Amino acid sequence: MSYRVGQQVRVAERSHDGHHRTPSYIKGKTGRVERAHASFTNPETRGYGRDGLPEKELYLVGFAYDDVWPDHRGGRDRIYADVFEHWLEVTA
Amino acid sequence: MSHHDHDHSHEPVAADEPPAGARARALEELLVEKGAIDRDDVRHRIDWLVSRSPADGARLVARAWVDPAFKERLLVDARAAALEVGLDPGPSPLVVALENTDAVHHVVVCTLCSCYPKALLGPPPDWYKSLPYRSRAVSDPRGVLGEFGLTLDEDVEVRVVDSTADIRYLVIPRRPGGTEGMREEELAALVTRDSMIGVSRAGPPLLFKS
Repeated sequence: MSYRVGQQVRVAERSHDGHHRTPSYIKGKTGRVERAHASFTNPETRGYGRDGLPEKELYLVGFAYDDVWPDHRGGRDRIYADVFEHWLEVTA
Repeated sequence: MSHHDHDHSHEPVAADEPPAGARARALEELLVEKGAIDRDDVRHRIDWLVSRSPADGARLVARAWVDPAFKERLLVDARAAALEVGLDPGPSPLVVALENTDAVHHVVVCTLCSCYPKALLGPPPDWYKSLPYRSRAVSDPRGVLGEFGLTLDEDVEVRVVDSTADIRYLVIPRRPGGTEGMREEELAALVTRDSMIGVSRAGPPLLFKS
């Protein structure tokens, strides 16, 4: 699955046993694709000495503070994180 | 002497070695013994890392301040821009430069570990690796910036960038006012490490004149 810049996406709300690079504070949150970086080896397998293939697309996803922490008084402030494609979902 | 026979000591070269250091050294000894890594290679990589400094990143920023076309190239591909001015962008596959303006202020953190553009800034400061910075930079960025002495207007959009994967982020701070006549080399001296992380502004020049 690939995504385009500007598209609204949700970060999967699932747990993962072992090394992964999706911080918990954005799991289940909805944001917007800000950049499509490139594809990189998957840290979830690379972290255990394997080759990390197939490569996964990496996206910079931006979130409004209010959507990440509802009681935050962030105003227009935003939080960005790099998220691999297999952690992203299309929103309805 | 340990149970195996060889010709070198396992004693630390530094006094008062902390537990984490002893653990890292024990791991290195094992990996060298098993042939997984080479001691010279480890030495070279450490030498390379500690030879990098914020002065490298500052050269990129100062060039971007005086040369708009270079700034555009830096924003499109910071790795290529670093190579263009003779800097070694390091092993990280992708470096992304983020421009601070009067409307948008970027600040970089790595909540999962301590990812940092080491090739362009040198080793990260201890606070960057600390749990309080890593958690509070995302949960209360304006509070953290305030503790660094940086208060931003409410209408400035703060963008906290969590470097969670393979990308390394470098902030291009705003050029300070009153520097219009300054040469590129003089401007580079205003570009601090912290301004390229995004926790402070660049400048002012020469706090302590001799």
